Amino acid sequence: MADKKQKEVVKQVLQKHQHDKALLVDVLQDIQAEIGYLPKEVLVETSKGLGVPVSRVYSVATFFKAFSLTPRGRNLINVCMGTACHVRGSVKVLEQIEKELKIKAGETTPDLKYTLETVNCVGSCALGPMVIVGEDYHGEMTPEKVVSVLANYK
Amino acid sequence: MAKLKSFGDLETLKKSITGKRDPKKSVIAICNGTGCQAYGCKSVTAAFQDEVKKQNLADKVDVMPIGCPGFCERGTLVMVRPQGIFYQRVRPKDVPEVVAAIGKNSVVDRLLFTDRQTGAKVTHESDVPFYKKQRRLIIGNNGLIDSTSIDDYLAIGGYNALAKALKMKPEQIIDEVKKSGLRGRGGAGFPTGSKWETTRNAHDEVKYIIANADEGDPGAFMDRALVEGNPHSVLEGMIIGAYAIGSHQGYMYIRNEYPLAVKNMRTAIQMAEEYGLLGKNILGTGFDFTLKIQRGGGAFICGESTALMASLEGKVGEPRAKYVHTSEQGLWGKPTNLNNVETWANVPIIINNGAAWYSQIGTKGSKGTKIFSLVGNITNTGLVEVPMGTTLKEIVFDIGGGIPKGRKFKAVQTGGPSGGVIPESMLDMPVDYDELTKAGSMMGSGGMIVMDDKTCMVDMARYYTEFLEGESCGKCLPCREGLRHMKAILTGITEGRGKKEDIALLEEICATIGDAALCQLGASAPNPVISTIRHFRAEYEAHINEHKCPAGVCKIGAAAVK
Repeated sequence: MADKKQKEVVKQVLQKHQHDKALLVDVLQDIQAEIGYLPKEVLVETSKGLGVPVSRVYSVATFFKAFSLTPRGRNLINVCMGTACHVRGSVKVLEQIEKELKIKAGETTPDLKYTLETVNCVGSCALGPMVIVGEDYHGEMTPEKVVSVLANYK
Repeated sequence: MAKLKSFGDLETLKKSITGKRDPKKSVIAICNGTGCQAYGCKSVTAAFQDEVKKQNLADKVDVMPIGCPGFCERGTLVMVRPQGIFYQRVRPKDVPEVVAAIGKNSVVDRLLFTDRQTGAKVTHESDVPFYKKQRRLIIGNNGLIDSTSIDDYLAIGGYNALAKALKMKPEQIIDEVKKSGLRGRGGAGFPTGSKWETTRNAHDEVKYIIANADEGDPGAFMDRALVEGNPHSVLEGMIIGAYAIGSHQGYMYIRNEYPLAVKNMRTAIQMAEEYGLLGKNILGTGFDFTLKIQRGGGAFICGESTALMASLEGKVGEPRAKYVHTSEQGLWGKPTNLNNVETWANVPIIINNGAAWYSQIGTKGSKGTKIFSLVGNITNTGLVEVPMGTTLKEIVFDIGGGIPKGRKFKAVQTGGPSGGVIPESMLDMPVDYDELTKAGSMMGSGGMIVMDDKTCMVDMARYYTEFLEGESCGKCLPCREGLRHMKAILTGITEGRGKKEDIALLEEICATIGDAALCQLGASAPNPVISTIRHFRAEYEAHINEHKCPAGVCKIGAAAVK
């Protein structure tokens, strides 16, 4: 049962953080890392487990850029839009990926293969434009290079 | 490892660590920072480990992954010590040759750095022009230690300052920090010692301290390099601060976009706990202090102290008005002292060397060194640490190597989206808190974005405004609505739809946001627009009156005909 599994994840994460209300952002990060996104049931479960109103959990989950309330693709692509990358042409790299995957930033491909997002600086400014796929950092990207990089992620 | 129960235990441990190390043994230090990871430093490190075994040099050579030494442009960086040889752009295929050269006591010429001005090869790290003019008090240790090893940190004198501080009275420590002249490295430049004193004197049993590692300024990565490369220096500063302030619980708020920083700091905390340098009864003195890591959620506003604290309380990261300072009422309504990562990392240095020594470095109003992240259109991209008062010209040209591709310098943006541009005519300005503020910019956390003559200033102003509009938390109207309108006007100008009255209107909105926004991030949001109008008004006018982008960036085409 998918629901049961999600409940179990919430339970474990809350235990790990000793049901500390102060760590709500951290709690949601860990749950999202396990499930991939934050389904409604998970927000409710977290609210019960921590003893904070579900409205608070929802407002935090929608305030921060890191959280997604919809399912995300197997491969999370983050294009860095920091100043250094901007100066070096990250907009063109993003446009190329959007064209290639036929989705806009913030969207997921229908086959759940890719989710495309942007990030404001990952601190690898010497190598901009940066594209991060999952945990792999790809530096000095160009519209041409990025296409072959993406082909490596199935 | 048993917990250290006294100062004597710490000394004994240190002696046993240094005693086990053979000073004659060579060390191959490989940068494993986030920057070099994109160059593939992990496979380079693995290749060195294999190759050293293969060439039977394991008893003569150690392989050490290190934190970011700053010269990201030339990664993967490899240093051979104690010889001090500096290799750059090292790839796995180069590894056998480098290892063989160590065995033969020679140098691989083709991997050395070439001085662009003289064309000569530079063998030693200390002779590379990028490093020569720097004074690397804080970041220099990144290159000497494996950031995941507390023993490495202890071996270079780590936690000496903590031992010294715990023998002092809290008031003495605060006095020392005050005398040192240390000011907050996060941007505002508030005197650190005074902040500590206010928190110490606040009437409450429970007090908190926080390290702000939510480095949201796009284009800045000093704090990432410190947390990743030398986490114990930050921890040591925090423990000393907690003792001085009288706090027993601390938080470290790290951006989630920095996974390696989070990981390395977790390891560091765990190791410090195992040694009894964190937790109950630290070094047998009866002082307790615990530290928790909280990851951010990708919100620029959470770099603002009250927004960060709201987020720590598990709420939305919205700031509040600071009629009451956080040092009186901060996290959970308790007195809270928040400092930036780099500020904390300065503390052990001040305690070790004394305020008199520290205050010799820098200018009258700004003491010590500052790390800048030098990025954009610059030859030597990377992290640069210089004494306060170094001129912009020295940073950009002597250390940064000037502008690549034979282009001309146009401006440098300091202070990130909250700062402003500084044009060529002001390059001789010494960089410190007060001079930058006078020039209409600010120190900020230390981002320095260099722009060449192909950069359009109106487009840059639009870029920052768009960034800030997206990051505005929406709590107060001037910031939320003002930035939205400014973005619309600036986009119009860059697309050729600018009107004559736009500049005056922009100036009016800027003044209103500056006066009326709730928090400092809002109040400083107009800076990029104000400063580009001030120094590059002609460029705005060319867009509006002649429908031309002098730098050739804006696509003023069909839209311009209207």
